[in-house]
Amino acid sequence: MTQLELEIQAVKVEVMSMWYLVESQLQKTRAAILHFDRDLAREVALKEKRVNAFELKLDMDCENIFALYCPVAVDLRFLLAVLKINNNLERIGDIAEGISKYIIESEDDFDRMLVKKTELMKMFDDCISILGDTRVAFEKEDTILARSIFKKDEVLDEINRNAIDRLTECISEDVTTSRDALYILSIIRKLERVGDQAKNIAEEVIFYVEAKVLKHHRDNLK
Amino acid sequence: MESTIVKSVDYNAYFGDNHVVKNVNIEIPKNNVVAVMGPSGCGKTTFLRGINRMHELIPGATAKGKILLNGEDVMEMHPIFVRLKIGMVFQRPNPFPNLSIYDNVIAGYKLNGIKLPKAEKDRIVEHSLTRVALWKEVKDSLTKKGSFLSGGQQQRLCIARAVAMEPEVLLFDEPTSALDPISTSTVEELFHELKKNYTLIIVTHNMQQAARVSDKTAFFYMGELVEYDNTKKMFTNPSDIRTQNYITGRFS
Repeated sequence: MTQLELEIQAVKVEVMSMWYLVESQLQKTRAAILHFDRDLAREVALKEKRVNAFELKLDMDCENIFALYCPVAVDLRFLLAVLKINNNLERIGDIAEGISKYIIESEDDFDRMLVKKTELMKMFDDCISILGDTRVAFEKEDTILARSIFKKDEVLDEINRNAIDRLTECISEDVTTSRDALYILSIIRKLERVGDQAKNIAEEVIFYVEAKVLKHHRDNLK
Repeated sequence: MESTIVKSVDYNAYFGDNHVVKNVNIEIPKNNVVAVMGPSGCGKTTFLRGINRMHELIPGATAKGKILLNGEDVMEMHPIFVRLKIGMVFQRPNPFPNLSIYDNVIAGYKLNGIKLPKAEKDRIVEHSLTRVALWKEVKDSLTKKGSFLSGGQQQRLCIARAVAMEPEVLLFDEPTSALDPISTSTVEELFHELKKNYTLIIVTHNMQQAARVSDKTAFFYMGELVEYDNTKKMFTNPSDIRTQNYITGRFS
């Protein structure tokens, strides 16, 4: 194995570690909402620094490889994809932190009826599942799985689209839920962004493996 | 559309029974820089030397197939005429050590017995040295021996010597492998200038050089032309796995 291959392998291991951390942040945020667990939310907020540290380390490692090894072809595409995936993962980490802060700020548990009606926990589950799928697609270089992300993201978009109507309905029934409704709407909007980031990651996996650019050309999907 | 200046058709080259270039078909567009790369012994230099009929100078060397220059088979032309039209620069700078810089530039005319008036020779020397970005550096020392120049300057002098004959194509066989990074960079810059007037075919072991200077790249392996495409495509998404393995250093 060449030194460049070893360096690339090390970067891949590092990206996977970051991925597991970000997935765990999202899972803990979900659990913190489900059980209104402020301590768990604080843990997520604290661990966000580790996600940021991963981002900086990966940026630096990629920069060093570019400078020292002048990678080309599949190696170049891999590193370009990693730089973008790194950024996407860091943003998902930010989203988990942002949601956790809502829990920390909130005085009481969110209205359970609102959580149920907006399908918030299903949205969380879908986000975690999509993020896991992108990780497997990246690890196994599975572009079929990567392409399936685009379809799965539509479910998140659907929940997001329905959120306003459902929350308006709830507020009109009981105006005291409006504060919780605003929090939940913000969480839904953030989770919808997780779906977008996962789609971006899926595009990068396809670029890395197949050298196809899907960005702004989703007709190349098939 | 770019016109083709050099075309090889089913070109094969041999050293005795050793078949070193196998059935190569390639079209070189005019005013392009084409890099030829591949591992040692892949036939790239033999192919290059076949283009201006230098391959046949080696005892026991033979060739089959065609090399066309502007549609005409070079095998049917006089070898001297072919080499006037297709100049060559080698790995190590090789100015004539006993000739002055001035005489080195016009050596091609002298060796071919072409007599020129002094004013015409002066014009050719200045023009050729200017083309290779050497004029300003040597205009006050044209009578000095070429061997007094630095390695990079000597190589540019050799390019000027080739350019002086007003060729259409310039062949380079690892032209910077004996030069330091700064001289290499100067020669590479020169390639960008030279391609305005000539077509350049460069054999190089330096893949980054191929990526930096060429418009198209050809990859040879075991005598075969494996892949030939735009350089950007070759270095980002090569079609053949052998090319990918070679440029990423995974060749075993």
